[in-house]
Amino acid sequence: MTATLIWILVALVAIGLYLSWTAGRLDRLHARIDAARAALDAQLLRRASVAQELATSGVLDPAASIVLYEAAHAARQAEEEQREVAESELSQALRAVFAEPQQVEAVRDAPGGEEAARELTEAVRRVPMARRFHNDAVRAARALRRHRKVRWFRLAGHAPFPLAFEMDDEPPAALVDRAA
Amino acid sequence: MRIGIVCPYSWDVPGGVQFHIRDLAEYFIRLGHEVSVLAPADDDTPLPPYVVSAGRAVPVPYNGSVARLNFGFLSAARVRRWLHDGEFDVIHIHEPASPSLGLLTCWAAQGPIVATFHTSNPRSRAMIAAYAILQAALEKISARIAVSEYARRTLVEHLGGDAVVIPNGVDVDFFAKAEANPDWQGDTIGFIGRIDEPRKGLPVLMKALPKILAARPQTRLLVAGRGDEEEAVESLPAELRSRVEFLGMISDEDKARFLRSVDLYVAPNTGGESFGIILVEAMSAGAPVLASDLDAFAQVLDQGAAGELFANEDADALAEAAVRLLEDPARRTELRERGSVHVRRFDWSTVGADILSVYETVTAGAAAVAADERTGGSGLRARLGLARD
Repeated sequence: MTATLIWILVALVAIGLYLSWTAGRLDRLHARIDAARAALDAQLLRRASVAQELATSGVLDPAASIVLYEAAHAARQAEEEQREVAESELSQALRAVFAEPQQVEAVRDAPGGEEAARELTEAVRRVPMARRFHNDAVRAARALRRHRKVRWFRLAGHAPFPLAFEMDDEPPAALVDRAA
Repeated sequence: MRIGIVCPYSWDVPGGVQFHIRDLAEYFIRLGHEVSVLAPADDDTPLPPYVVSAGRAVPVPYNGSVARLNFGFLSAARVRRWLHDGEFDVIHIHEPASPSLGLLTCWAAQGPIVATFHTSNPRSRAMIAAYAILQAALEKISARIAVSEYARRTLVEHLGGDAVVIPNGVDVDFFAKAEANPDWQGDTIGFIGRIDEPRKGLPVLMKALPKILAARPQTRLLVAGRGDEEEAVESLPAELRSRVEFLGMISDEDKARFLRSVDLYVAPNTGGESFGIILVEAMSAGAPVLASDLDAFAQVLDQGAAGELFANEDADALAEAAVRLLEDPARRTELRERGSVHVRRFDWSTVGADILSVYETVTAGAAAVAADERTGGSGLRARLGLARD
């Protein structure tokens, strides 16, 4: 009788430890998503700032300046629900403006342009990176949260179900070629 | 930035991953970052100042061959001490899925972790059995890097998730500025690789050689690499054996001169390649490249634009392409030029900057690396309130 009780107790403690460990795993994944999302926000903001700077610098022709300024401004001001669309539109605007290598050359030749071109190249390279890392974290968290033990014991608490960040982040060909 | 790099394979044994880590560490040190590399090594091997030994790797049968791995209590303790002493901003683990130091570090660390997947092994039974454990360790990785599109695809299929592709780096100028050796010039075909490793493809080249020599009898085949030379030429008719020269193992400097000298570099590998650094080195040195059409090779050669491809394991196709190239100096010059432009994207200045971008992306908005108190014995003690500091 006592032996049975002890075994039940041992089993309960083991299950408790396992659940606590799983909750720790989940907590770590949520922290990873938060960090990845902060990094993605920082990269997106950096990209929009450089684009806006270039648009107002007078290096580009007026039409290109207006298109780029519009898109960069919209991306920075977008509400959370419209963010993905606004950032995708900024990618498209950047691709349209920097479609030709000559345009990149023109920016480089302007005073301070070398720096601006380098910052933009870095930004358009890092946005897809940060987004991939973010979505990878989201996928890992979702896989764990779908598991029975997490759902039955409500280990995720009140944390919202993580969502991937979907956008068009294809960089302008002329900029990537310089980097490659 | 304080960077910790984990090397899964013995530092005393030369290999692609080890060289990659060495070059990467030295590149970051030149830029002024603090770098520490944790690697398995014998206690009496001389190590560069930035390498910390994690003890000797033990040979164990794993995945169909004998692998030298680090595991067990002592290695885990050394990993924890290294993490604790290093106070890294980011750690970069190579081959985190192999049951060695990489996996131990993944298990023992928390904070920004970057991992590079080099190989594209087919999924092993052990990996399926250990999937749950592996997943718990691998999900700590904040950023995954694959060395090629091919390696990324296997990673996605086997482990899920995604990765950015950053190729392996090469010091292009080291090869581009090497001096040619006249002994190795004049209708020469070059091959570098283990002679006795069939996957490196020397047998295919040997099968093609009689046809090449029939069309161009003055051709010489130069072979650099370890292995049994007698056995390698066994399939060749006796009168042709003198056309093959074995150079044995060669130094890095000689390798650069070798690639600079040969008229055609042939990579007849039959499989097991996830990147193909030797092709990048050959292109850096300005050697026209003829390679088998493995996925990884095709990608490095820009689908045949920067070097020619032949059907894998097809000796006739190899012979035909080699003869055509040797008879056409204009085409070889064209390949040389295309290769040296294409290869710039593999230079350390580009690759290193990309890897640094990854580090900066994951460290933005995250705390520094620390030993994870939730794992191992100390985790249990912490949970029961018995932990000591």
